[in-house]
Amino acid sequence: MRLPLLALLAKEPAHGYQLKTLLERTFGEAYPSPNIGQIYVTLQRLAKDGLVSCQEVVQTSRPTKRVYELTPEGRDALATWLDEPSDGPRIRDDFFMKLALGPLAGASDRMALINRQRRHYLNLMRGLSGMAQEPGYGKIPRLLIEGAMLHLQADLDWLERCQQELM
Amino acid sequence: MKPPADELMRTAGLIKVFDGDGGPVHALRGVDLSLAAGEFVAVMGPSGSGKSTLLHTIGGLEPATRGEIWLDGRRVDGLSQAQWAMLRRRSIGFVFQTFNLVSTMTVADNVELAALLGGATRHEARERREELLGELNLSAKAGAAPTRLSGGEQQRVAVARALASKPRLLLADEPTGNLDSSNSADVLRLLGRFHRRGQAILLVTHDARAASLADRVISLFDGMVADDAEVRPPLGLPPAAAGVLRLSG
Repeated sequence: MRLPLLALLAKEPAHGYQLKTLLERTFGEAYPSPNIGQIYVTLQRLAKDGLVSCQEVVQTSRPTKRVYELTPEGRDALATWLDEPSDGPRIRDDFFMKLALGPLAGASDRMALINRQRRHYLNLMRGLSGMAQEPGYGKIPRLLIEGAMLHLQADLDWLERCQQELM
Repeated sequence: MKPPADELMRTAGLIKVFDGDGGPVHALRGVDLSLAAGEFVAVMGPSGSGKSTLLHTIGGLEPATRGEIWLDGRRVDGLSQAQWAMLRRRSIGFVFQTFNLVSTMTVADNVELAALLGGATRHEARERREELLGELNLSAKAGAAPTRLSGGEQQRVAVARALASKPRLLLADEPTGNLDSSNSADVLRLLGRFHRRGQAILLVTHDARAASLADRVISLFDGMVADDAEVRPPLGLPPAAAGVLRLSG
């Protein structure tokens, strides 16, 4: 959440609610917009770390508005983030730990674990397929949905490999 | 045991053994599977799990070694090859990974022939062909040779051909296996549309997106059913995309 907020502030200063709106406009429903509280907390932390500065705008009929602006340090952090390759494909570590260690812990059999996980992935995929067929999404949300579907396909392929090797 | 009233197809204890070089290969080891009229069921499983063999055996392309196959209340596993061929023309549509269109015939004739073989009159066959090609957005290609079409278009023709005889059951074996993502989406949209109008479909696939459109997903493993689950979209919003990609948090 920290770096996306810095990115949104790169063009011009904004207050928390504007950032929330901007996120919603960019990602659409494909990305559940963080609640405003999360955004305020993140902004305060960024200010504490010196990556943004905060100016209070006193308004007569409304509560004081806090407008956030990138500091030079914030701009550096943003540039570093943009220049770095992102982490490689993440794995479903939690599920894999269950699969690997479950039998040691006397847990239910592996086939049941695999079946449960497959059902979960397929149900997620069903939801995403529905979204993918709805008209009215912009390019960015569409790519987000497609990315999620491709990841799920890889997760399911990997599940099959686990089944072949372990069962 | 009396089958439920809306049962379209059922296998009981279906076994298929091939003669392999190193001895018998047990491809299906007792599969019980049923499909209701109008139901869309997907079969998934690792390669070698028997999913294509299952589909081919149900369609009579491979004789069952043991076990029963029932279609529309009639036991069909003992049919002769000629009887199977007749049953397929009228009651079972096939779509494969390779499109298998007749290359010396036009797109229109490929579809029309399937309708004629299924028992339609000439007039009905032509109507059916026009209707299907129109629906699949292929009317402009009706006079072309199949090889002049893109892979995605050829597969849509193959779907039209499979549905030309208004079969009770459509068997599809990796129909998106040779297609890119956008052509796959087109073919899946078609299958979904015909399913909503009541077409029963048994689909073998490793494409999770295709499988997720089905009412139920059967997981085969080692020639046996390992799981049989209804597919339900997850309840509640917000939708899953960001969670899958771990954008949030």
